[in-house]
Amino acid sequence: MSALVIRGGRLFDPASGRDERGDVLIADGVVRAVGGALAADGAEVVEAAGCIVAPGFIDLHAHLREPGFEQKGTIATETEAALRGGFTTVCAMPNTEPTPDSATAVEGLLKRIATDARVRVLPVGATTAGRAGERLAALSELAEAGCVAFSDDGAPVEGGGLMRNALTLAGALGLVVAEHCDEPSLSGKGAMHEGAVSERLGLAGQPAAAENAAIARNLELCELTGGRLHIMHLTTARGVELVGRAKERGLPVTCEVTPSHLFLTDAAVAGDGPAPAYDTSAKVNPPLRAEKDRRALLAGVNAGVIDAIATDHAPHAPEEKLCEFDQAPFGISCAETALATVTTLAARGELELDMALRALTLGPAEAFALGNHVAGIGTLAEGAPGDVTVFDPEERWTVDPSRFASKGRNTPLAGMELRGRVRAVVVAGEARRIEEAAHV
Amino acid sequence: MVSIEPAAAEAAPDTTTDTDTDAAPPQAEALTPPAAVWTRKDLLDTDTLSAEEIALILETAEAMAEVRERPVGRVATLRGTTVVTLFYENSTRTRASFEIAAKALGADVINLAAAGSSVGKGESLVDTVRTIEAVGADVLVMRHPSSGAAALAARHTDASVVNGGDGAHAHPTQALLDLYTMRRHAGDLAGKKVVIVGDILHSRVARSNLWALRAAGAHVTLCGPATLLPRSLRALAGHEGPGGCEVTSDLTEALAGADAVMALRLQRERQEQGLLPSLREYVRQYQVTEERLARANPGALVMHPGPMNEGVEIAPEVAHGLRSVVEEQVTNGVAVRMAILYLMATARRR
Repeated sequence: MSALVIRGGRLFDPASGRDERGDVLIADGVVRAVGGALAADGAEVVEAAGCIVAPGFIDLHAHLREPGFEQKGTIATETEAALRGGFTTVCAMPNTEPTPDSATAVEGLLKRIATDARVRVLPVGATTAGRAGERLAALSELAEAGCVAFSDDGAPVEGGGLMRNALTLAGALGLVVAEHCDEPSLSGKGAMHEGAVSERLGLAGQPAAAENAAIARNLELCELTGGRLHIMHLTTARGVELVGRAKERGLPVTCEVTPSHLFLTDAAVAGDGPAPAYDTSAKVNPPLRAEKDRRALLAGVNAGVIDAIATDHAPHAPEEKLCEFDQAPFGISCAETALATVTTLAARGELELDMALRALTLGPAEAFALGNHVAGIGTLAEGAPGDVTVFDPEERWTVDPSRFASKGRNTPLAGMELRGRVRAVVVAGEARRIEEAAHV
Repeated sequence: MVSIEPAAAEAAPDTTTDTDTDAAPPQAEALTPPAAVWTRKDLLDTDTLSAEEIALILETAEAMAEVRERPVGRVATLRGTTVVTLFYENSTRTRASFEIAAKALGADVINLAAAGSSVGKGESLVDTVRTIEAVGADVLVMRHPSSGAAALAARHTDASVVNGGDGAHAHPTQALLDLYTMRRHAGDLAGKKVVIVGDILHSRVARSNLWALRAAGAHVTLCGPATLLPRSLRALAGHEGPGGCEVTSDLTEALAGADAVMALRLQRERQEQGLLPSLREYVRQYQVTEERLARANPGALVMHPGPMNEGVEIAPEVAHGLRSVVEEQVTNGVAVRMAILYLMATARRR
């Protein structure tokens, strides 16, 4: 038996509301005791004084790139990045090659995960075959193979009828359809948010209305079918309002926001200098929006309207982003900066830390009903999986992408000083990585 | 006012020696430097240019215009300087204008055509630019369909980059030649009203003119169909008083009291994109006609960056009428581009 004691931290468990100083005892991969002073013979000790000890973070939206796009990232590199970012569970998005739209493809993926993953990886299956938006994927087969949700990732299910059927059938399987809400005829070739900055830079923009219109349609279909809808990477003020109202009416809808959209606006594309920078590392889909949207997203997390903070971690090879702005791929590598942006926002008073932590743990677990797959996930209580993240909310550090574990160095935060850093991460009872500072 | 001594300039080919390439050639010393000094490596847009820098370019252009008026029309000031033009978009007048300007200063010119986009067809823009630098380019004149492409190139080369137009972002040399042309006719532009009419949303000419005219203290009215109007530019430019900006869809109203009107080329693809009901609708509301010009100030200039769609954005009789300075814009373009190449190349020698 292997035992581990996390000692002297501020224990935070959103499920029970626990927020007190104490220890956590983990043995055989499971949390055995929480609170007070705990000890076990021969147990490894992780000192957590001055740190917050939370259930391991859960990322509902990560791009591991493997199989098919190993130049951007692999299961090994991107789960290592997740681990360093404090995530003990990541849901792997299906924009890989092959697409996980059949049990065979998922089984192949699970084999690679079993050998290479540094954290718990839960696969998301495709909603439609080949993510082509023409006919549904083998949903029941995918569910049986272990998929925890369905999504066509960056390809919105354009046909309303198809989306209706997806929600109906996924709902019957007890799984959520996670949707990138976008009306392509409105977003067109937009490379960034449509607004003052896009007009200034002469770049084609995606209006917020493109996202809002799709959210509104999908909420209607959610109501029509009763199937569970998860809105991925919400970015607009109006979107927060629409989801909030739908929740008030009792619709089975959840949503997520990325740390990038909480932290940055479309101004990041132009940069800080006197002349516009056209920073391709700030190119993401849906795009970084206006300040009023960012504020609404923060308020949405603080009010609990937004269930999860999910990274949409999207690594790209450096040369892929080193090009003209309109030709660069969308995506930000942010697994390793996600927590720090959240804690920096909390330090500024823009985010409430308890709500943000809820959105990194229990919120995502509930959104995808992950407890059906891993009992007690997202909580810090006796019997919960031994997934724990220990972080110092005060430590200041400067983002240096060259030190990322991720293959993706595409971050608009390079050179920025952030506050808050992961010190130790325990995955299934194993302290897989402990920062030097926390080693005693 | 700067001036070039004809004798010194024309004698230059004989006096410049190969051992003296680092020092400023004697012809350059013949220029009386104005108060401001050009220190920029690149010219990417007009937005960050100070009024002094703009004045420096325009004054230098006056001297270049004098050179052009001489029988020979060229000097050897930039002998030993290599200017590369790299155009990812079709262009006749801009490219020719730069080439003539560079040759009129004695520079070596290499024209590179890059068909279509660089990405997905092999070499990336950054690699292309590095290669061009490696073969010895001093100044790279670049046109590209992507906004921000010139800035990207400039970040990855030590060569000086002159933006010859990037997407819908900027076309600084066009704006400067427009300013030069307006100043020649209207003098000080402070408080003058300039109307730019057409597809403002997709126009790099409109944007660069807005910043340049703002620096010169002119008032700019951007006018076009509501689907092609970037309304936020008004706030960005500051809409109160001189140097301000108005945005409107009413051309007749916009032209009241105008000192200059600039019609932009209407791309036919805007109609295909559904941004315009039809060309006819556009002509009906936005063609610059004699009738509409009656509301402008007497002597108001009619301008166009070219190439013109006569009968679409501009009536033929206006395009070739007494107020039209369209051909003069093209002529002035050479002098202004000579000034820019001269300033940038001599800054490099320092």
